[in-house]
Amino acid sequence: MTQTPDTYSAANEKTAFAAERTRWDKAKIVLRKSPWSARFGMVVILAYMIVGLFAPIIAPYGEAEVFPVPFAPWDATHIFGTDQIGRDILSRLIYGARNTVGIALVTTFLSFLIGGGLGLVAAINRSWIDQVLSRGVDVLMAIPSLIFALVLLSIFGSSAVNLIMIIAVLDATRVFRLTRSVAVNVVVMEYVEAARLRGEGLGWIMRREILPNIMPPLVAEFGLRFCFVFLTIAALSFLGVGIQPPTADWGSMVRENASLIQFAQYDLKAGLTPLLPASAIALLTVAVNFVVDWFLHHTSGLKDTPK
Amino acid sequence: MHPIVKTVFQRLGLGVVTLFIVSLIIFAAIELLPGDFGQAVLGQAATEETVAAFRRELGLDQPAVWRYVDWIAGVAQGDLGTSFSGRASSGVDRSRPVIDLIAPRLENTLFLAGLTAVVAVPLALFLGISAALYRNSIYDRTVNALTLTTISFPEFFVAYVLILCLTSLWPIFPSLSNISADTEFAERVYRSAMPALTLTLVIVAHMMRMTRAAIINLLASPYIQMARLTGASQREVILKHALPNAWAPIATVIAFNLAYLVVGVVVVEVVFVYPGVGQLMVDAVSSRDIPVVQGCALIFAATYIVLNLVADIVGIVTNPKLLHPK
Amino acid sequence: MTKSDILLDIKGLKIEGWSDEKWHPIIKGVDLTLRRGEVMGLIGESGAGKSTLGLAAMGFTQPGCRITGGQIVFDGVDMTTLSDAQKRRYWGNRMTYVAQSAAASFNPAHRLIDQTVASTVRFGISNEATAKSDARTLYSALNLPHADTIGDRYPHQVSGGQLQRVMTAMAMSPRPDLIIFDEPTTALDVTTQVEVLRAMRKIVEEFNTAAIYITHDLAVVAQMADVIKVLRFGHEVEEADTRTMLAAPKEDYTKSLWSVRALTKPERPVQENILSVRNVSASYGKVPVLHNVSIDVPRGSTVSVVGESGSGKSTVARVITGLLPPQNGQVMFDGDPLPQALKDRTKDHKKRVQMIYQMADTAMNPRQTVREIIGRPLEFYLGLTGRAKDDRVRELLSLIELDDRFIDRLPSELSGGQKQRICIARALAAEPELIICDEVTSALDQIVQEGILKLLMRLQSELNLSYLFITHDISTVRAISDHVVVMQLGRVVEQGTKDSVFQPPHDPYTDLLLSSVPEMDPDWLSNLKLPELT
Repeated sequence: MTQTPDTYSAANEKTAFAAERTRWDKAKIVLRKSPWSARFGMVVILAYMIVGLFAPIIAPYGEAEVFPVPFAPWDATHIFGTDQIGRDILSRLIYGARNTVGIALVTTFLSFLIGGGLGLVAAINRSWIDQVLSRGVDVLMAIPSLIFALVLLSIFGSSAVNLIMIIAVLDATRVFRLTRSVAVNVVVMEYVEAARLRGEGLGWIMRREILPNIMPPLVAEFGLRFCFVFLTIAALSFLGVGIQPPTADWGSMVRENASLIQFAQYDLKAGLTPLLPASAIALLTVAVNFVVDWFLHHTSGLKDTPK
Repeated sequence: MHPIVKTVFQRLGLGVVTLFIVSLIIFAAIELLPGDFGQAVLGQAATEETVAAFRRELGLDQPAVWRYVDWIAGVAQGDLGTSFSGRASSGVDRSRPVIDLIAPRLENTLFLAGLTAVVAVPLALFLGISAALYRNSIYDRTVNALTLTTISFPEFFVAYVLILCLTSLWPIFPSLSNISADTEFAERVYRSAMPALTLTLVIVAHMMRMTRAAIINLLASPYIQMARLTGASQREVILKHALPNAWAPIATVIAFNLAYLVVGVVVVEVVFVYPGVGQLMVDAVSSRDIPVVQGCALIFAATYIVLNLVADIVGIVTNPKLLHPK
Repeated sequence: MTKSDILLDIKGLKIEGWSDEKWHPIIKGVDLTLRRGEVMGLIGESGAGKSTLGLAAMGFTQPGCRITGGQIVFDGVDMTTLSDAQKRRYWGNRMTYVAQSAAASFNPAHRLIDQTVASTVRFGISNEATAKSDARTLYSALNLPHADTIGDRYPHQVSGGQLQRVMTAMAMSPRPDLIIFDEPTTALDVTTQVEVLRAMRKIVEEFNTAAIYITHDLAVVAQMADVIKVLRFGHEVEEADTRTMLAAPKEDYTKSLWSVRALTKPERPVQENILSVRNVSASYGKVPVLHNVSIDVPRGSTVSVVGESGSGKSTVARVITGLLPPQNGQVMFDGDPLPQALKDRTKDHKKRVQMIYQMADTAMNPRQTVREIIGRPLEFYLGLTGRAKDDRVRELLSLIELDDRFIDRLPSELSGGQKQRICIARALAAEPELIICDEVTSALDQIVQEGILKLLMRLQSELNLSYLFITHDISTVRAISDHVVVMQLGRVVEQGTKDSVFQPPHDPYTDLLLSSVPEMDPDWLSNLKLPELT
């Protein structure tokens, strides 16, 4: 056989190495192999990002601009009509991409900063700090987070900052658990022990040995946590205790226009109006979930057999 | 003592400790209120004496430890305090005990959650187990894609799509769930159908995915392959080899989703104006009626903790390694 | 030979497996003929396809595999043409299977005896009471303790070696025509292995059952098999009866399967001690693991620490490196005492003692390239940067017989042997005086092991390195040591030069350990008289 010469040589052992490729090349190959669902998800996420970033340019009217006719029907001037006090629905939808998604994103980042940082510390320390943090998180997680959020909002009041802080802290408990559990699996690896034996400091071990190896699950978790935070904030806004008017926000828009749904049998378009912001929320979470699903499948090396 | 009894007691003890700490956290809610909240509750016109009387009634002049003991003793006897609403600056007090507000609504919420669970749990287990058994078939892939989509939807999106279809375009069910204590059972079910259906769709998606994952994990065990290699039929593999080891993961899945139901109920009750605890709590949060918020939170948290406790105990008592110690 | 003598006849079998979104051939056209009552050894290294072939003999393919060609004729019936339901009538009935990990292969929820007789009762071979009393007879034939009651236990209540014998009883219970043994002793300690091997051979002979015995260890299979078939990369290399194969293998590849046994080490001049472990006792929490252990390592020599699982041999390494500070005793390095805890040691202390691990996979950060892995100690200990560092990395690569091509690869793009070489280069980069090698060749194929051991010996003579070599494998010890330390249950039971330890008189445990290692002699097991341990 050609691949196995008779004389043994270490350099000629069979490996899983195909060819020299840059990271960019590898990423392109992975993308080319992605399923339609993941591609659809990526396109949707990209579209939301563009709409959110350029909202003032894209939106026909201002976020809080009030027109004389409330509940105006769908027509050329107001493509999706106006809401209960006469604001343009389309413009508010576009600004909503900036506000709702923006707040959810900031909250998720914050919760990763808190939960991820503490999780890493707990995983490396494994002594009393780990014990205290882990037990504390257990207790916090014993209360359903929506209920906990409601209690805290009733005390501190509903403002955007309070909302971000409260959800970020509650969600950080989940991030803490995940970071800790994946990091603990890496900390026991021999290459971490080798780095400790070499005399490396804690900073190096965290940044160079552990962090790169827990990134894939953390990235996937970021997507899932974002969906969860996004849905929680939308639910709170829908309940009227989240993002407050006049800020354009999809959750509150659903609530404000909900009554229109009763008119669906007379005017289907009017009936669809409350579903527009709801669909905007649903579409983004579906898209993120599709991408995360593919990413998890890809990085975990789970490859199903075709039948 | 048999190790299993010991483990169960340990777990029960942990549950009690958790409940205690959670009650402390919820109690602390009133401590964190800004100093002038008395004024806010009673209105700007309230005199200093009425505000002072109100603070005295809440016991704010007492040390916090005493008030906690007083509060938790009340809770143990079913007394959750008195609502803030109905108070006036004049000092006239038309407020009602929190328990009177919660009790009838709790019954309604339990009815809705129970109705949902009765439909959703068997359905989700059936879908999850069958998808795991026919893994990668068209059926599995379809169910998988559908549920991945459904779990991405906010509850109110599912609710409004159902309202649009089933009450507005083709009016089959009432869109608002007006039920009261004297509504008959069949009528109750009919009027609760929309919220129950919404919750079912959301829960089934979650639960089915988790069941599928748990069963696939189980079927990958070497002893399952060994059972196949001893000529056991598919039926025997499932019933005799997989099932005895499946109770713990399945109990966890069910408990997790029933706990999720507790939370999902809040949004769905608001959409359908269903007179349950969830709606009461949201109203109380809006009006910052802290005693009511505390009472509701305590009920939701306790349910959640007890459900998880039950799942853990099922896991413990079906674990062969604990059942038959060395 | 009449036709009915042939029990199993595999012709031109091809099997593919699904990975990386593609079908890859695993078995590339193999023929196999097994007569009634005959035991065939299937031997090969990792990736040879021997387990896949063993399962295929039952008509079974693992999920993710498919048969793409050939026939599997069992007693006149082609298994490849049968439906799953039809094949199930053979499994657990006329053909049975003994898996590598008995602990994972028994259902934790059922009693052993119920699992032993399940298929016998299901196929109506005998009723439950008869099958159970037969199972107890089999347990006692297999030398299981408490044969009458052991079946009433659950899998987690029984030791690994005992479970493997229970699984053999389970395979024998329906009195099959064919048993497949899939590496049944690989996970066991050598002194346990010998017990299990004996029991399995006795029972297969007693009932004249045909068997396929899969393993990577030629000495083990020599005890069990009448004929041996050597596989490599899904092809047959050669087949011959056991004596012929051992005496005169036709192919060079077959000889390489025992290459480590052929290694010898030239004598090294005696130098002063670089390391002495003096009266060390240590424990994990409250569990004592080392009792009064003393070991000396002379400079420029190899000291092997040998023992079974639980002997404390890896704990010795943890004490020396400072990961586990001892409760009593001291570690002296180059005449000076080493601080006990890692945090109290200087950079120079750490630089002079390096460590190489068993699993190169987990010993290298999968996200770092070879350049970063070898470069880091150069930068950290020697302050090399830029060109100087790069040049030194290349030098080290050539020292371990690899070339520049590998410098930008990730560990996942290397073979097992190459990975272990990179770990050696990382240790060398620190320019150490002592290297602790913890089972460094245990996870590798024989020919790769030989290469690594030769490399280590060459480096020793070139760089005057000292090795503390921790292993459970006696043939490796014979191949490379100057001194040998035998450990059991946290104590040193015997130590001295290689010759003095391997020559009688032995300590009783050393005697048991040495005599339990299978030899390349088909009569070894039959002639073996194991010393009794008290």
